[in-house]
Amino acid sequence: MSLSKKDIEHIAKLAKLKFTDEEMAKMEPQLNSVLEYMDKLSELDTDNVEPLSHPVENINVFRDDILKDSISTEDALRNAPKRDENYFKVPKVISND
Amino acid sequence: MNNKYEAVIGLEVHAQLLTESKIFCGCSTKFGNPPNSNVCPVCLGHPGVLPVLNKKVVEFAALMGMATNCEIKEKSIFARKNYFYPDSPKGWQTSQFEEPICENGHLDITLSDGTEKCLGITRIHMEEDAGKSIHDLGYDTCVDLNRCGVPLIEIVSEPDMRSPEDAYLYLTKIKQIITYLGICDGNMEEGSLRCDANISIRLKGETELGTKTEVKNMNSFRNVEKAIAHEIERQIEIVEEGGRIIQQTLLWDADHEEVSPMRSKEEAHDYRYFPEPDLMPVVVSEEWKAEIAKNLPELPEARKARFISEYKIPEYDAAVLTTERPLADYYEKVISVTDDYKSASNWVMTDVLKIIKEDKVDITEFKVSPENLGKLINLINNNTISGKIAKSVFPEMLKEDKDPETIVKDKNLVQITDTSAIDGIVDTILDNNPGQVEQYLGGKETVLGFFVGQVMKESRGKANPQMVNETLKKKLEEKRTGE
Ligand SMILES: [Zn+2]
Repeated sequence: MSLSKKDIEHIAKLAKLKFTDEEMAKMEPQLNSVLEYMDKLSELDTDNVEPLSHPVENINVFRDDILKDSISTEDALRNAPKRDENYFKVPKVISND
Repeated sequence: MNNKYEAVIGLEVHAQLLTESKIFCGCSTKFGNPPNSNVCPVCLGHPGVLPVLNKKVVEFAALMGMATNCEIKEKSIFARKNYFYPDSPKGWQTSQFEEPICENGHLDITLSDGTEKCLGITRIHMEEDAGKSIHDLGYDTCVDLNRCGVPLIEIVSEPDMRSPEDAYLYLTKIKQIITYLGICDGNMEEGSLRCDANISIRLKGETELGTKTEVKNMNSFRNVEKAIAHEIERQIEIVEEGGRIIQQTLLWDADHEEVSPMRSKEEAHDYRYFPEPDLMPVVVSEEWKAEIAKNLPELPEARKARFISEYKIPEYDAAVLTTERPLADYYEKVISVTDDYKSASNWVMTDVLKIIKEDKVDITEFKVSPENLGKLINLINNNTISGKIAKSVFPEMLKEDKDPETIVKDKNLVQITDTSAIDGIVDTILDNNPGQVEQYLGGKETVLGFFVGQVMKESRGKANPQMVNETLKKKLEEKRTGE
């Protein structure tokens, strides 16, 4: 499997990243070398191996349904580039959702 | 609907769970608090924070699975659904993808013509809700993240529904079950229950699925039915005119009863799911499952069947009384006081439900306690008051939940069952209306009703109607035989 320039543009867009042509040219072989390594791993016979979702064997890490103090609205909004009263203000999102 | 075609409908239902705290942090799930007040670094998606799963969310999801005949999977995992949208500050929604907690369930619906239909449930998974964006305030979008991280279950059906009625009944059944379980309040208008529909059409007999559209934004049960009917018609029209259905997301506009395409982001459906590394797998052992199952209440179908067999009330009554768990609880409290099951059912179905609908109050906040309603029924049955008087005592009870016995005593409404008192009133009425007595004796027996009315009026409704009837007949017959 190898990535085309178009694939990389697509991934960049999904990640909301913008690259110059120069960066793009660098990106292509770099990402492909990672994928080549993955291909190498794929050569291993894993037919009888359960897929691993987590590297540690912990299960069932829970908390009880108990309220804890929230932070203040002021603190919550402290990092916001823009606010409108007690709301985060963001550029209008295009979709109607 | 053009009967060349059949519709294929699947529903995705999101239900907000009634936990105290959010799914991955201790912030409150309370609705209606000031914007951005129920938030913390975890639900704000700050870097470096660790989510910890609320145990109750797992129990609620498993309960729903059990109530809808699902397999509860021994192991399930969370996954990240990646997308950028301001109401989801992390850049992904934590959900379940490949290994949800429940799979392969079903529930039955009964259509209006009486036929039963079994509808498949593909899966039920746990996930977090997003925040709320407010768009219509000028140029920018305002975001409130209070709802962000409120626990949801998503119930995904098989594409087994064929009509808007199927979908309506399925959704009603889901609501009935979640409210019986007490895991969600089922309020579509407030958004604690939400429903999206996947709809396609095909020629009858065709086995391949047609291109589907997804309809969103249907915020009431009736709207779901209407929107689906509308979308089926729209698709048929397009196909009939030789057009093709485009796969897209549509928003239902309830005011204009039409759909409009959601302006979708180009790459919206490339979610790149992967296992959530910050949350450990959930393992529901047989022991835990048994523990959770102990909280499974008697479900609507079973309760209805029991009402019919145990209380000998008609199926219709049993169905109405078990639509909602608090209503069924109310009824059962009434009949813990009186053993007149049918009268209790009549009172609850008519007098109680009428006021609940008119005043839009919740049965749990209904002014007349079930115990006092039971007492009122007993007062009728032991002849202390007539049924008619009872109907005037009930509004008094509604004003303040007073013991009906006290009201009857205070207002001096106790029924007159004393023979001599009734004799006296009957004599006066007959003496005062010689003309009508003549008519009666002349064969016009319908005048009896007039006399009954007069006696009841004279006694201010308190005379026992049956005794009045008998006394009147006896005395009039005495006059006929000339005694
Ligand atoms: Zn929080």
